[in-house]
Amino acid sequence: MFYREAGDFKTSYQEDNQTFPIRFDRYRYYAVLAVGFLVIPFLINDYWANAILLPFLIYAIAAIGLNILTGYCGQVSLGTGGFMAVGAYACYKLMTAMPEVSMFIHVILAGGVTALVGVLFGLPSLRIKGFYLAVATLAAQFFLVWLFNRVPWFYNYSASGQISAPERDVFGILITGPNTQAWATYLFCLIFLTGSAIIARNLTRGKLGRTWMAIRDMDIAAEIIGVNPLRAKLSAFAASSFFVGISGALFFSVYLGAVEVGEAFGINKSFLVLFMVIIGGLGSIFGSFAGAAFLVLLPVALKVVGVDWLGWPTDIVAHLQLIIVGALIVAFLIVEPHGLAQLWRVAKEKLRLWPFPH
Amino acid sequence: MKLRLTTLALGAALAAGPALADLVFPSLDYRTGPYAANGIPVADAYADYFEMINARDGGIGGVPARVLPCETGYNTEKGVECYEATKSEGSLVYQPYSTGITYQLIPKATADDIPIHSMGYGRTSAKNGKVFSHVFNYPANYWDGASIAIKHILDLNGGDINGKKVALVYHNSAYGKEPIRTLEDLAKKHGYELTLLPVDHPGQEQKSQWLQIRREKPDYVLMWGWGVMNQVAIQEAANIRYPMENFIGIWWSGSENDVLPVGEGAHGYKALALTSPGSDFKVYEDLKKYVYDAGKAAGNGDQMGTVLYNRGLYAAVLAAEAARIAQEIHGTPDITPGMMRDGMEALDITAERLAELGFEGFATPFKVSCENHGGNGMGAVQQWDAQAKTWTLVTDFIVSDADIIDPLIAEDSAAYAAENSIEERCN
Repeated sequence: MFYREAGDFKTSYQEDNQTFPIRFDRYRYYAVLAVGFLVIPFLINDYWANAILLPFLIYAIAAIGLNILTGYCGQVSLGTGGFMAVGAYACYKLMTAMPEVSMFIHVILAGGVTALVGVLFGLPSLRIKGFYLAVATLAAQFFLVWLFNRVPWFYNYSASGQISAPERDVFGILITGPNTQAWATYLFCLIFLTGSAIIARNLTRGKLGRTWMAIRDMDIAAEIIGVNPLRAKLSAFAASSFFVGISGALFFSVYLGAVEVGEAFGINKSFLVLFMVIIGGLGSIFGSFAGAAFLVLLPVALKVVGVDWLGWPTDIVAHLQLIIVGALIVAFLIVEPHGLAQLWRVAKEKLRLWPFPH
Repeated sequence: MKLRLTTLALGAALAAGPALADLVFPSLDYRTGPYAANGIPVADAYADYFEMINARDGGIGGVPARVLPCETGYNTEKGVECYEATKSEGSLVYQPYSTGITYQLIPKATADDIPIHSMGYGRTSAKNGKVFSHVFNYPANYWDGASIAIKHILDLNGGDINGKKVALVYHNSAYGKEPIRTLEDLAKKHGYELTLLPVDHPGQEQKSQWLQIRREKPDYVLMWGWGVMNQVAIQEAANIRYPMENFIGIWWSGSENDVLPVGEGAHGYKALALTSPGSDFKVYEDLKKYVYDAGKAAGNGDQMGTVLYNRGLYAAVLAAEAARIAQEIHGTPDITPGMMRDGMEALDITAERLAELGFEGFATPFKVSCENHGGNGMGAVQQWDAQAKTWTLVTDFIVSDADIIDPLIAEDSAAYAAENSIEERCN
């Protein structure tokens, strides 16, 4: 019904292999992009930007990054928080060392630095798998946080060990610091998210993505048919860390503005992003968006309902939040172990045949 | 669903009615999370005091005060969310009770023309009002605390601590690192040796630090801890039989929550204090009459007279007083956050005024000015009596060593001003 394929003729391989082969789906995607880029910036205010949309956009980039590594390449990582910290501190050092360079360049360079660090910590993955690798990345998490807390050079010798983002602009529009406009920070992050999603989508359906999935599904067979595990695993670590680093840089510079490494990039961050990927759906770009939306927006929505509408005490609502979010995670994973993305796929299948039962 | 519809209808009805003017005091509190035990008394006191003001005086200058609670859980992201959610309500002053959230809000609130009061925490160099126009940390800050502790040690040793060993056990975060530079400078001045012992969040694990203390036997141990870290440290100190009267915590490491779990072992432990302990003040009579007995107490109503409850009361009374002064300066009962800032800058707490407010002997007088947002930098030392389960002040209020602290503040705030290209005010 909604997803009609009748009359939607493809006459080339390119058309057949596009991301959204069904016309309705494609138009919906364009509509979402149009709303995101052309409508929301005119309606947005500080609260929507800083409390809801920025965290969603930034966590979605982090989830895409982790999804490449864990969802597509099967390498479990618990070091996401640490790699985000690398992105944040790289961005900070670049911002303070080269104030006149555009923020776009800084964020991308921060992603590049994180990719290098990610490759370094990805080296053990050639020897170890599964739980053992998870523990190795956990070590990366703790080591990186310790490093940024320990070496004063990283925080420019400030008395408190905090890093604060100075004011920087892109084409004369302020992007970091206190005097930013909500629409500017929102668009800046949205551009990065859109770019990340498109790059990740095309990486994962090309040759590189296939080698990752081959390694994930059966590494020995993959090696026999000629996939080089060294290159596959390290490229997955590099691509994944690149996106995670970008998200860390944005998290620090655009969203929070000041960061204390142990508090902002602790082990909880790693778990949070991992949960996003699991709930959203492993091995799916849409899943990264869905998981980030679920874990960022749901607590805020519950708070608004509980405190602002029903007038309940804040501590009760905070405890209820934990219970409800936890229960929903369990319920979702029981109903659909493959996450929200799979639920969405099933719904789409149903809609293609609707109203005829199948 | 039905419930939601009624609340929506109610909300619409309220919105349609005449807008009630009130003075909004947001309370970024944490009744949940790892630091809940310390967040609850502070939040209770803040709510109770304004409740009392409304019941007794009909508000401030005839305008009722409204406390707007928002749960941060001591988490910076939630803190930002709370700030954004409450600022549109006309919030007058933010008190985040977290150094991390304070750092986050300093630039944002300054840009939004809303004052921040970080009472005895936050960014120390905010004392310099020339650079930090909207941030206040009176009556005293961390560096004052470090200096007061060292002065107390000097007093105990007849003014000479050359060659003594002092260890600092600190929470490995922005908060815990704050006093280090001051203590290093004081070490140069007085000739003691300083050992630094960081403890990672949340602070349950301190075996190695106390092993080191046992080995090196420092003459004095200072502590910058928060939450569970304090109890663990005091317990460890008791375990290695460290002489408790030589163990001094900052004012965030000196509440009942920190010493009660340790029992007898905590006897003699010292901590700094911003206010007198206990509930033997006239204000408590009014609180009892208008709030507790009326059944309006916030939370469980079981925190009265604790150290942190008193600190929350002090924060509330200073905010109410600043609001009153702001109303006088601007000649209007409905003040904006910008006017509130002016009131805070003109705050003058005299001993007479404290007595009038029912806080006689509760704290020391101080005066805020355009240049000085940090008050007089005075604190006292309190000691725990494990048998009576009470804190008592063992010294008078001590003033910190301005010769050491002022240059540090000038240096740090100048760096901030240069980084953010801020023009100095008050000229």
